[in-house]
Amino acid sequence: MTTLTDPPKDRFRFSQLIYDTRYRSITIQVVALVLIVAALTWLVNNTVENLEESGKTFSFAFLGQPAGYDINQMLIEYDNQMSHGRAALVGILNTLLVAFLGCVAATIIGVFVGVLRLSKNWVISRLMAVYVEGFRNIPLLLWIVLIFAFLSEGLPQPRDFRGEDPAASMSVFDSVAITGRGTYIPRVGFTNSLSGNEAVAPQEGMPPLASGLVDWLVIIGVVIASIIAMRYVSARANRIQQATGERPNTLWPNVAIFFVPLGIVLLLLGATISQPYLRGFNFTEGIFLRNSLIALWLALSLYTGAFIAEIVRAGILAVSKGQSEAAFALGLRPNRTMNLVILPQAMRVIVPPLISQYLNLTKNSSLAIAVGYMDVRATLGGITINQTGRELEGMLLLGGFYLSLSLIISAVMNYYNNRTKLMER
Amino acid sequence: MSDTHAQTVRYVRETMLPEREPPLAETGVIKWMRENLFSSWINAILTIVSLYIIFVVLSAIIPWLLNSVWDAESLTECREILAAQGLSSHDGACGAVLTARWHQLVFGYYPSELYWRPILALALFLVGIAPVLFANLPRQMLLVSAAVPFVCFWLLWGGSVWFPVMIALGFVLGYLAMVLVGKALSPLAGIIAAIVLPILYWIFLAGPLAAAMADVIPLRIEEVQSRAFGGFMLSVVIGLSAIILSLPLGILLALARQSNLFIIKTSAVVFIEVIRGVPLIVWLFTAQLLLNYFLPRGTNFDLTLRVIIMVTLFSSAYIAEVVRGGLAALPKGQYEGADSLGLDYWQSMRLIILPQALKISIPGIVNTFIGLFKDTTLVVFIGLFDPLGIAGAIRASTEWNGIYWELFVFIGLMFFIACYSMGRYSLYLEKKLQREHR
Repeated sequence: MTTLTDPPKDRFRFSQLIYDTRYRSITIQVVALVLIVAALTWLVNNTVENLEESGKTFSFAFLGQPAGYDINQMLIEYDNQMSHGRAALVGILNTLLVAFLGCVAATIIGVFVGVLRLSKNWVISRLMAVYVEGFRNIPLLLWIVLIFAFLSEGLPQPRDFRGEDPAASMSVFDSVAITGRGTYIPRVGFTNSLSGNEAVAPQEGMPPLASGLVDWLVIIGVVIASIIAMRYVSARANRIQQATGERPNTLWPNVAIFFVPLGIVLLLLGATISQPYLRGFNFTEGIFLRNSLIALWLALSLYTGAFIAEIVRAGILAVSKGQSEAAFALGLRPNRTMNLVILPQAMRVIVPPLISQYLNLTKNSSLAIAVGYMDVRATLGGITINQTGRELEGMLLLGGFYLSLSLIISAVMNYYNNRTKLMER
Repeated sequence: MSDTHAQTVRYVRETMLPEREPPLAETGVIKWMRENLFSSWINAILTIVSLYIIFVVLSAIIPWLLNSVWDAESLTECREILAAQGLSSHDGACGAVLTARWHQLVFGYYPSELYWRPILALALFLVGIAPVLFANLPRQMLLVSAAVPFVCFWLLWGGSVWFPVMIALGFVLGYLAMVLVGKALSPLAGIIAAIVLPILYWIFLAGPLAAAMADVIPLRIEEVQSRAFGGFMLSVVIGLSAIILSLPLGILLALARQSNLFIIKTSAVVFIEVIRGVPLIVWLFTAQLLLNYFLPRGTNFDLTLRVIIMVTLFSSAYIAEVVRGGLAALPKGQYEGADSLGLDYWQSMRLIILPQALKISIPGIVNTFIGLFKDTTLVVFIGLFDPLGIAGAIRASTEWNGIYWELFVFIGLMFFIACYSMGRYSLYLEKKLQREHR
């Protein structure tokens, strides 16, 4: 005889909300939600009241008004009659410029130092250790100020380049002038420019030159096309090698594919290098890199390079010795071992922290304030806020810019992590 | 066989030769140099290049330091002394700026007759932190550690002793509530009481009570405004308070981010990402410009306090990410093991998960702290006088106008010592907690 007993049908009791694990999580979440919403309402309420008090409205219309201030370094056309929005864009591009330059230089420095720090050479590994510890343990702000002071105090002024027996001279085949005001480097101009900009002769006896976005887009397009063609050649070589075991030579075809079209395009455009030269008490022509940019760039890349060096070192050490021994036992040559066995494993360790260092560098570029570099914090978050009195909107936009930049970079990083992570239960 | 052998071999040596000295190139310094410095031509070039770099740097710095002038009233006097020795102004440091203004670099504008207070506070802090850092000290000292923050606060800012005492009383109240209510009703009610009671007490009772006690027994020392704080004292005050406050906050955030509860998790993610996505300098400007918008009309509180709150929130988001890394690095078996022992969430976190996860995250946590301490220099941009701000003020004075390197080198050295020793401590801790045999 079997008896079926139904489970006891209790009525729902309120104490279950706290003691029953089925309901407790809901209770906690509801309480948390109520608290969060209450706090946010309180903040928004205060803000609205305070704005009313001071007679301000919340609007982004100021972005369309004329800015009325000059910016000393711009990648796109700008003058003080243009809008605050345009000024913010100039600042954003300046931030991205120094961040990009810094990331490239920091990676190069970091990889070199990281590898050299593992070297068996006692002197160089100690020297690199001193560099890494020195930069990691001293505030970045101090480095920026220090390097800026060094550049503006320690380097010769343009007037030192004058005269029969100048106190200073230009470096790299007389093409680069490093001065206390900034560095002048040669620029590339085109005699047959496609941009339609007015061509101006940079110096007497030189053909008129112009350059514009279109010219550079053409050149970049050709380079990208060459790279795609080179990849195709390598893929074809791989296919042939898989099928027959013989690998056709890819070095010379690739060199030709890269340089020949580029050379032809440069010839057709009439690319000419125009060097900076002294006129009066200052240099003209060429590209003028301000000391603020150079100091910021150097400090950011040296500082971040020290961190990247540690990441690279850890990444190389993380691949256990057995891996390379096993690869040698399989008969792989050292460079194949590096490419196929060590690097893929080391990269998994290196890339995520590396990208977060890039992110740090980008955020740290807001320290431009110390040297007066006109980045987005200086234009949108500085002068624009001071002139229009729109602290709330300005800071929101500024924060939004940095936030979206970092979210984009983290999204890339998450994608990479998911693609390369080890599978676990 | 052996017989034939004996006949074919004409000579057998019966004694060992004395050991000879190894060749000169295989011993001592020469061997070491051959193996470590000149093992290949690339290595040789690297060695020579780095020796040259070291020579250039040292030959620039050492004479500059050796020729330094330590006794002068102003930069011009300094340069005159150097010129009297036949040196140009670049050949010697003017250390006199440090002897003349060290008190500003260290204490800012703190009243000079009260310097004993920050010094005593630092000494007390070191006593308080010792049992936390080194496990072999007696555990009773932790009681001292708990009291130290309040004593330090009183010493630094001064005023009536009753205010910090009443604040501290709130924590005691919370503890008592948890024990008593927890026993009488239920543990959960105990926790709720431990949170709600102190908050009500701080908001409504602590202030009037402190005022009343101050009227009866006025135990007060001279008050110092936080405007007067500056130099390394300011960095240390901001840095240490943010470090102490951000660790528990960061751990809670990490746990929230790892939790299964959707709303808790989402809000933790949003908070962490927003804080981490924006540079500290923007947050500091927010604290300076915008905080008045977010708070009720008429509230206006101390800028230094705002900075401490902002820096705490900022570094707690970073700590949360580091701790989350540690939590994620634990094998799943540890979580499952804790569950199968029947431990509830907080027990399993406290006894099983966090001790291991925090051990893994020690290097990251210490790195965050080092970064935080370095970042305290950014407060110069919102008008506080951190060491760099003081350096600017010194340079603006007529006596020391135009001095650069001496101040920067001194400040850099101080930061280096502080941050480097923090890094060394983390290595020590890592080694001590290492339980795996490799």
